[in-house]
Amino acid sequence: MSTLTLGTGRKPSAFGMSRKTLGALVRNEMRLALREPAFILFGVGLPIVLVVILGCVPSFREANPDLDGARTIDVYLPIAIIMTMALLGLNLTSWALANYREKGVLKRLSTTPVNPASLLAAQGAVMATTAVIVAVLLHVVGAVAFGVPSPEQAVGYVLTFLLSVATLISMGLLIAAVAPSGGVANGIGVGLFYPLMFLAGLWAPREVLPNVLVKIGDATPLAAAVGAMQDSMEGSWPSLAHVGVLLAYTVVCGFGAARLFRWS
Amino acid sequence: MADTGSTAIEVDGLEKRYGSREVLRGVTFSVQQGEIFGLLGPNGAGKTTTVEIIEGLRRADRGMARVLGLDPATDRPALTRQLGVQLQASELPARMTVDEALTLHAMFYDNRVDTDALRDELGLTEVRRTRFGKLSGGQRQRLSLALALVGDPRVAVLDELTTGVDPHGRREVWDLVERVRDRGVTILLVTHLIEEAERLCDRVAVLDAGRIVALDTPAALAQAAKGASTTIRFRPSVPVADELLTAVPEVSAVTRTGPTVRVDGTGELVHAVVAVLARHQIVAQDLRIEQATLDDAYLSLTGLRTPETTGTEATDADTTSTAATSTAATSTEMTSTETRSS
Repeated sequence: MSTLTLGTGRKPSAFGMSRKTLGALVRNEMRLALREPAFILFGVGLPIVLVVILGCVPSFREANPDLDGARTIDVYLPIAIIMTMALLGLNLTSWALANYREKGVLKRLSTTPVNPASLLAAQGAVMATTAVIVAVLLHVVGAVAFGVPSPEQAVGYVLTFLLSVATLISMGLLIAAVAPSGGVANGIGVGLFYPLMFLAGLWAPREVLPNVLVKIGDATPLAAAVGAMQDSMEGSWPSLAHVGVLLAYTVVCGFGAARLFRWS
Repeated sequence: MADTGSTAIEVDGLEKRYGSREVLRGVTFSVQQGEIFGLLGPNGAGKTTTVEIIEGLRRADRGMARVLGLDPATDRPALTRQLGVQLQASELPARMTVDEALTLHAMFYDNRVDTDALRDELGLTEVRRTRFGKLSGGQRQRLSLALALVGDPRVAVLDELTTGVDPHGRREVWDLVERVRDRGVTILLVTHLIEEAERLCDRVAVLDAGRIVALDTPAALAQAAKGASTTIRFRPSVPVADELLTAVPEVSAVTRTGPTVRVDGTGELVHAVVAVLARHQIVAQDLRIEQATLDDAYLSLTGLRTPETTGTEATDADTTSTAATSTAATSTEMTSTETRSS
């Protein structure tokens, strides 16, 4: 067998992860996400509508003794932000990636010079960017329309926000890793969303939940995220317990996803 | 780049089992550069497993695979830049348009072809802004082929190239594959369509139950399967005596079914029989000729199983229409023979 030269004039670029291709994948995933009605409806529309509706209830704009004197709308803003992350991470990311595997998109990608892990990275980048944009929108709407104050412990708030995004994306990746199809991934995502969001205070804020539910909630990712965000809103650093829970979920789910993820 | 004649793909003694099921039991073949090599076989014969090992998507339990001198399992970065792959049944995101898919995939390669020209050549221009989810089966298949070729590969592996493509579109795809080969690209074609293998392939390997049972040119395989025998059938315009035909040296047997006469024989059978009929002013009406085809070879090699028995309805329909087309072509040819001889 004769020796074959490896394509003269081809630049030896790093396997699959050149910034140019990653950028193209991110733009592409963003464009596809914007064409997905579920993405616009649930990922962007629902949290904003929720905050606007709550803000329009006059009593929710007044100090509530049940909430230790806080206003309902102030308490709900972080809940709406965490709900956005949960919808984007648990439901949309897991569905999109499991669907990509089911349809052979990831398998096709592994036959090209691009590492299919780039598509996971691109998907994560799109979801994280969307979470930031929606959170900023919610804060702007909250502040302008209903006088929601900006977070007093801004650094703690931003760090908590970023950690929560990482937690929910790694949970989404783990769901996508174990779900054989997009439909199953969606089922798991929805199945987790309701109980976790309940503990996080979507239906009744943590302040009015029975103590035992608050304690259970502290060990779950969404409630820990809401707790940490509310603490930073009020000016204190998030508690170590909440940060620890978020970190633990991120590491365990991320590690599990890396171990279990199949490309085809 | 004058590597013509050297080996592009080489596999030697590939073995693979999934649990207790042996899928490959020692598959060995090599593909020369610039060749169109066909891998033909029934469902579950191991065709896709073989090409997935060549593409580096799976590892063989035993045996060796080389593509352009590279080990697909370990030299993936170098290999993927030069190997174009069309996977069987692989989709794109439903909301991605044809142009977006082509542009995105072209970005993955340093060497890329003109995507507009490729799109036009594959007849995808009208649907360039159509989303993948709205494309017909044939359009999806042609887009999938375009994505395999977009990186200007030196070797292309095409799995079920024309599944779901209508007979007209199929011929266009075949023409394109031949043009791609004319540019020097080596092509490994996995197919269950015998007509496709016969039309396109320089050589064909027939895979059955994880083994290569035959490997040769389509014509040689056909010859080996049925000898050089030919069968003709016709309705004589006036009754014809058997002796008249059996006296012809090329004829080995004459049988009758109602008004139809069947003559088996070898060599220039058609010419000899038509000539003797013409001498007696007999016209051979509805003349049909059956020569050994790759079909016969395939069926005898794979134990009379039809290819892809679990094939979809669409596949069956396609096969039927293809068969009808070839019969029509044969009949047309014969009509002219008939005119000349009478």
